[in-house]
Amino acid sequence: MKIASRFLTRPDAAAVHVTLDGVRIAAQPGDTVAAAMLAHSGDPARHSATGAARTAFCMMGVCFDCLVEVDGRPNVQGCMIAVREGMVLRRQRGLRPLIGGGHDA
Amino acid sequence: MMHDADVIIVGAGPAGMAAAATAARAGAQVLLLDEQPRAGGQIFRNVGVNGDARTYLGKDYVAGKPLVDALDHPNITAEYGATVWRIEAGPRVIWSREGESRMSCAPHILLAGGAQERPVPFPGWTLPGVMPAGATQILMKTAGLLPRDAVLAGSGPLLYLIAAQMIDAGAPPRALVETQTIASMLRAAPQLPRALLAARMLIKGLGFIRKIRAAGVARYTGASGFRAAMTEDGGIAFSFLAKGKAHQLNTPILLTHQGVVPATHMSRAAGIVHSWTDVQRAFQPAVDTWGRTDVPGIHVAGDGAGIGGAEAAQAAGRLAALDILHLQGLLSEDARNQKSAPDRAMLRRALAIRPFLDTAYAPLAEFLSPPDAAIACRCEEVTAGDIRQSIQEGANGLRQVKTATRAGMGPCQGRMCDLTVRGILSSCGAKPATPRARSPIKPIRLGELAALATQQETSA
Ligand code: FES
Repeated sequence: MKIASRFLTRPDAAAVHVTLDGVRIAAQPGDTVAAAMLAHSGDPARHSATGAARTAFCMMGVCFDCLVEVDGRPNVQGCMIAVREGMVLRRQRGLRPLIGGGHDA
Repeated sequence: MMHDADVIIVGAGPAGMAAAATAARAGAQVLLLDEQPRAGGQIFRNVGVNGDARTYLGKDYVAGKPLVDALDHPNITAEYGATVWRIEAGPRVIWSREGESRMSCAPHILLAGGAQERPVPFPGWTLPGVMPAGATQILMKTAGLLPRDAVLAGSGPLLYLIAAQMIDAGAPPRALVETQTIASMLRAAPQLPRALLAARMLIKGLGFIRKIRAAGVARYTGASGFRAAMTEDGGIAFSFLAKGKAHQLNTPILLTHQGVVPATHMSRAAGIVHSWTDVQRAFQPAVDTWGRTDVPGIHVAGDGAGIGGAEAAQAAGRLAALDILHLQGLLSEDARNQKSAPDRAMLRRALAIRPFLDTAYAPLAEFLSPPDAAIACRCEEVTAGDIRQSIQEGANGLRQVKTATRAGMGPCQGRMCDLTVRGILSSCGAKPATPRARSPIKPIRLGELAALATQQETSA
């Protein structure tokens, strides 16, 4: 499914190109990975352990809904990392194990 | 112990930036750490790059630029992209950048981590196409991305500001759905005379509302019963009640807001005493009038110590810096007190409007203790119903609920659900204590931990 971006098309600027699941997409310099994905389409950016669709949410490093595989590294917070020419992005399915989730009441 | 600086400031938003400049100018060596790529915090995010290029962001945004410029001082070492994941006695700060952790020591630490948006849980809030309003504002500031035909829903001054910015940017929202009621406004009315001290802010707010009216944006007030579903084309069907009538609006993007709350993971993990405030409906660290906490060597200032907004945060940051300078022997007690006068006055003025805002735009009960079908913990996909069931089965505190349901055990470590779990518990009659936060407060790779351990051993 290709859902149109939920954001207005931006005025053209010098482009940085990355691939998302093998498809070449254009981003703008200074975009975070999460911003570039939101600008590109309204599609889910990730599927949860139960298969629910998610996209980046808080854009400030709090929620971890933006987790994405970047250049082979899983679980990168897409809202906290800038795009770089040639970056290879892959959408994740399920939650890969993370450490440091320790939080008790 | 070798010190890397006189003071380590964590967070380069209004409080941290103001504190850094004050400390540096008085001769202290400052190490400033921030997780984002640049100074500014969320409120002044990217202002150093944007300047006044994105005029729709408004004058108050550009006003953050001098704070960023003041960081260009020989006594300030600023490290960006630096994620603090542990604070230890000493005090010591352990932070990570690009997969490598390091430790920094100083006699004083100032935590200026700011705020996060209050989670707004309702059935459907995890769908693509539902976002916090503040998150889109970050997208406007950092990427020039403007939401298309958005519906803004919720309440609070930030909602009006964002609506006004969207209008000025040529991307007006399709509708503004407000949750405050006439009753909440009336309850807040007695606070208005005091709020007049902050008349400038009130007038600004009224200006936003005028702009929204003039732009012809459809407005609904007294809204409740939020629900979102996905439409066939991947958009959001947003349904709600307003004044007893059911409405449905279709939109590519639904932006919600119910105010902001202190981001307290760092201060809680540092062992600082926190308490619940009924007025702001949030946890906050206990601090004195200088931002001192019960943990030796650690101050907290700005929204992270209680929501006051950007102006209050700058004043509080400078006050904390003056106190730290005094404790470092760089400023006598008299000099500290004397220099603090303008910031005390600024703080008083800025805080005068809070009681009005906190009452008029209080979060709705349905977001504090959401309906059963709403997901409370986004990471582990635990619903409010699951949490209520665990309470029925005997869980009577945050820890037991977490053990029973896994709520709060995912990568966000409870940042998105602590308040909701607390809200559900208290609506069931429990008196939940402040949840503890444990280091690492952000997920760290095992290899990174191991490397740090080796480094510590070899340097010991
Ligand atoms: S979008 Fe929330 S952490 Fe990235």
